Parts: sequence; structure tokens; C-alpha cells
Amino acid sequence: MASYTLQRLLLLIPTFIGVTLIGFLVMRLAPGDPAQLRAAGGLGGAGGAGISLQKRGVVDQALAQWRAQFGLDRPLHVQYAIWLKNLCTFNFGDSFKDNQPVWSKIRDRVPVTVRLNVLSILLVYVVAIPLGIYSATHVNSLADRVTTLAAFVLFAVPLVWAATMAIVFVCGGDFLYLFPPAGLESLDFASDWSLWKKLKDQAWHLFLPVVLLSYDGFAGLSRYMRSSMLDVLGQDFVQVARAKGLAERVVILKHVLRNSLIPQVTILASILPGLIGGSVIIETIFSIPGLGQLGYESVLARDYPTVMALFTVSAILTLIGILISDLLLAAVDPRIAFGRRQQ
Amino acid sequence: MSSKQIQTGSVTPVNPPPSSSPATGEKRGGGIESSPAPAASAEGLWLNVWKEFRRNPIALAGFYAVCVLALTALLADFLANDKPYYLSYRGKTYFPIFRSYLVGARLGQWPPELLNVDFKKLEGAKAFFPPIPYRPSNIDLFAPYETPSKAHWLGTDKLGRDVMAGMIHGSRVSLSIGFVAVGIAVIIGVILGALAGYFGSWIDLTVSRLFEIMLSIPTFFLLITIAALLPPSIFLTMTIIGLTSWVGIARFTRNEFLKIRNLDYVTAAIALGVSNRKVMFQHILPNALAPVIVSVVLGIAGAILVESSLSFLGIGVPAELVTWGSILHEGSSATFAWWLAVFPGAAIFITVLSYYLVGEGLREVLDPRLRGLR
Repeated sequence: MASYTLQRLLLLIPTFIGVTLIGFLVMRLAPGDPAQLRAAGGLGGAGGAGISLQKRGVVDQALAQWRAQFGLDRPLHVQYAIWLKNLCTFNFGDSFKDNQPVWSKIRDRVPVTVRLNVLSILLVYVVAIPLGIYSATHVNSLADRVTTLAAFVLFAVPLVWAATMAIVFVCGGDFLYLFPPAGLESLDFASDWSLWKKLKDQAWHLFLPVVLLSYDGFAGLSRYMRSSMLDVLGQDFVQVARAKGLAERVVILKHVLRNSLIPQVTILASILPGLIGGSVIIETIFSIPGLGQLGYESVLARDYPTVMALFTVSAILTLIGILISDLLLAAVDPRIAFGRRQQ
Repeated sequence: MSSKQIQTGSVTPVNPPPSSSPATGEKRGGGIESSPAPAASAEGLWLNVWKEFRRNPIALAGFYAVCVLALTALLADFLANDKPYYLSYRGKTYFPIFRSYLVGARLGQWPPELLNVDFKKLEGAKAFFPPIPYRPSNIDLFAPYETPSKAHWLGTDKLGRDVMAGMIHGSRVSLSIGFVAVGIAVIIGVILGALAGYFGSWIDLTVSRLFEIMLSIPTFFLLITIAALLPPSIFLTMTIIGLTSWVGIARFTRNEFLKIRNLDYVTAAIALGVSNRKVMFQHILPNALAPVIVSVVLGIAGAILVESSLSFLGIGVPAELVTWGSILHEGSSATFAWWLAVFPGAAIFITVLSYYLVGEGLREVLDPRLRGLR
């Protein structure tokens, strides 16, 4: 297990380089280099059009200076190396928008998004696994058909629609006012509130975003759970277990469940990037000051250092998630660690 | 016949160019072990699938809904148009909608008296208009935010554009996005997944690293970044969605190949000297297909969802193009105009749901193990 863990950790390195390389190259798709963009930002987005010759000379000088400063006059692979070196010291440069260090902007928002996503993942697993088990053990019963259809219906509900409907119908507006339409805490939030009151306020604000972020996750996962249970149920060893006279409960919970949980662990890894994408939508719609909202605003403002940093940070978060799910997978299915080691 | 396209699209590799295998018309059934060479002819297999599929009313409803969507997209110009089907004007007869196709194809021209006219205001003309006599681009600044009525079935938006017309023409985007994006994803996914699962060793290691890279990239974030950097174009957006969404299909393919590769019949085929390509695509792929098909259909629905999110955020889609997502976006900022929130979202929802139902129906038919349980 220890050597498997080490192997996984080592394998993360090429993955990380691949991810950041893709991100780095995508950033180069932008018209002009960062120095020009910075200059354009400084000139109010005019891009240098229509300024006098004298000023143009000043701009060119500044451009050359910035290029040297950012290392843009070096070859691409050197630039990437410089960028990677800065990354290791959390130096993502300054935002084009307000010249604040990017890292300080991100640091404040990480807890918000992480809280939102962790709560969502918990909700997904707590709802989906029992639902999937029930569906699979009662195949084609009325309850199975109803849950199957309900999961399908939920899974097909577009997040943007659900969120818009929530905003229109239950968040003030012309209809009901059950939940707050924006933010993470009430306007009159005070630090001297009792813990209970703080928690209640938090729950009131987080309820809609968390449910909206997770509903398609638990609909999807319960489907996967059902089909993976069915796969295992169709195998011979289940018949053997039943023939031995084991109670159906033991067969399902001990023999089938364990084997069908294996694929669900890997799904954790694929839920994560989806949640990050979902947070872009949810945080934008509900004005929650998290990474997603920052990302959307930065993309619109063409604030490349921030976009690049966010891309990297969410990739790192996802990589950590994948590592955890791989290790969990090896823990529940020792064959995996053993098999890999033999190679 | 869009759903047929899904079927054939995802299944092409099962029936590679005519080969030497003699058995035809063999009904595919039983477990994996009992069907070493599923060499049923294309018609036989898919006729059986259709017969089985038809028995499931819910899946069939999904299939018909997809057909309705396809028809709407094809006939959008005839359902919602500011030009009439038939026009009798100054003693002459015209068919303006048909003529607009000719003009579009540079085969004809507008007669001078009809060039850039408002067909609804022609004096003394007899005209027969489509049920929705608007195009999504018809702006009427005197009728913003009209509630649904007889004149505007689903109301109007901020600029007085008819929502029903926008919905009908928006179906084109939603239909094509599924096929273009998922077509790209299937080609990349099945090939890479098959290579990795079949050959194993360093190929698997490399491809798995690639999966890991693609999976740890926050895809949606990458999408909005690329889409924001490049000029807004719907086909570019479809391509990017395709290039970033093949991992699911590839993973399922790989896992299935990994499982099936070690079965005796594959070993037997290899021992008999069957070429690698034939073993992969003729012997293994048909048995690996059930999970792959599920992921393909999920993929179509997923691509539609992603596109609607993108156009909701106003990224990657030209501002003048009316899509379901862009109407929905207006609904999120004008909370009193409930019709802007309800209808386009419902359209996306129903479309996605139909694809899911079709996919599930297909899976139940194609998975022999499930068939035994029924």
C-alpha cells in the first residue's frame, strides 16, 4: 500500500505538468501577449488606438520594459519554466484589474467554495448510495420505476434552469420569499450573534446553493450505483452466496454492496470538476463570493493572471480529489494496489 | 430520425467493412461467453433492438420527443417566420419562405417590390402566415416583456422579441450541438479507450495519464476561458465541448476492454491469429458497447446542458443568436417575467430528458445480463 501511494504521488507529477501546460498554452491563445493586454488595460481598453506618436513611444518603452519584467522576451519553454517556478512560491503575479496580488484574492475565496463543494459531495453520497441499493434490490418494482424516473427527471434538469426558477419563484421577486436570493450571510450579520443563530443564518443561505449544486450528482450517482449493483447481482458468486443459505440482507450488504461500491469511489474524482463548473454558475447567480464567481468575473474582464491562477488552483484541488479517490479505491479493492505493483 | 443517428453513430465500429466472418443474421443474446463472434448483420441486430425497444413505452416516448425536436429544428423556418407561406400581391402570387431558401442558395432573387419589405404591412395583399409570424430577430421596442397572449404565445423579452420564435429556432442549436460535440467525443474516446484497454502496459499508462490530465482539468472553466478568448462562434463552441468531453466515453471503453480482454474467447481469437484490430473492434467492442452507449447518450444530453450553461453566461455564442440558454439568462435578471424562466428551461429539460430515456431504453435492450433479469 505504501509503495502504491508513492507510485500514485509520483504519477501526479506528469499529470500536473500536463494540466498546467495545457492551461499555459490556452492562455497564449489570447490575442497579444500579457504586456500588451496590461497596456490596453492601463489605457482604458483603447488598445493604444488613436494616441499621439509621442505617447506611442512611451507605450512602446513600457511594453519593452514589461516584456523583460515578465520574461516575455524569452522562448516559450523558458517562460513556462519561470511561470512554474513562480507557482511553487504561490506567486501568480498581479491582477490586471486592480493590481492586487492574485494569490491574496484567491486565498480569501477558497474556503467559501470548498465549504460549498464539501457539503454538496456529502449530500450526494448520503442520498445516492441508499437510493441506488434500494433500486437495484427491487428491480422493476413500482418503487424502482418511480425512483428511476425521478432520478432521470432530476438528472435532466439543467442547473441554470433550476437556479433561475429558484430565483424567480422562491427568492423574493413577485412570488414567494423563502430563501435569500444572494450572498452567504444576512446583511445585519453581527459577530456577537449566538452560535446557533449564526448556524441558522448560514444554513438558510447555503440551503439552495448546496441543493442546486448536488441534485444532479445524487441523481447520477444513484443510477451508477443501481447499475453497478445489478452488474454484481448478475454474477455467479452471488448465486453461490444465496445457495449457501445466507440471509438476503447479508448477501446484499456484505457481498454485493462491497463489490459494487468500487466504481462509485472513482466517480468522486469525476464529480469534483463538475462541482467546480457548477460553482461558477451557482456563485454567479447567487452572488456568492467564491472561486467560481471570481473566475467568471475575471474571464469577462480578461484578467489573465487571475484566470490562469484559478485554473491551476482548481486543477490542483481536483488532483488532490483524484489522489484521495485512488487511494480509497486501493483500500476497498486490494487487487488494485497489488496488480499495479506487479507491473 | 435523429435517434437512428445516435444508434448508428455509436455503433459503427461494431460492423467494420465486410469481413470474412460467415455467420449472418445470428440473434445476439445470452451472456458474454456465449457470443464469441456477434456477427449479426446490421439489419438483424438493429431490427431486434428496435423491436425490443418498442416495448418500453417510456423510452419510446423519449424517442418520439427527440424526433419532434429534430422536426422542429428542420422546419423552424416554416413554423416561425415573418414571411408568409403564400402571398398574393398586386395580382401576382409568391411563396416567400420558399423563395428565401432560393435567395439563400443564390439561385433566385427577391422581386424589387418585395425587397426588404415588412410582409405584414403590404397593402391589399392576401397572405397566409406560419403559426408564429415572427423570427427570433424581429425586435419590437413597443412590446417589451409582454405576458403570454394570443399574439405572443410565450410572451416577449426585453427587446420585444417573440419567445416562441426564439424557442423554435433555438432548437437548431440544441440539436446540432449534441451531434457535433458528441461525434468528436465518441471518435476520440472509443479509439483511445480501446487502445488503452486492449494493449495495456505503457500504452495504458500513457493514455491513463491523459485521462487523468483531462479529468483534473476543470473542464467548464477551461471552456469558458477558451470561449472568452476566441471570437464567439457556435461551431467553435461545439468543437471545444467535443474536445473536452471524450474522457467519460474513453474510460468506460477502457474499463470494459480491460475486463473482456482476459476472457477465454479473446485469448482463443488471438491464438487463432486474428489481427489486433479485428479482435478489438469486432470481437471485444460489441460486448463492451452497453456501457459505452449509455455514456454516449449521456454525452449528447451533457453537451446540450453545457451549451445552455455557456449561452446562459453569455460566453461563446454570438450576442445576436437567440438560444434557449440566452432567453433563460434574461429570465434570471427580470424576475417578474416568469415566462422567460419557465419555457426555455423546460425546453432544455425535456430535450435532455428525452435523450436520457432513449439511452436507458437502449441500454436495457442491449445489455443481455439485464435482459435475463426482466
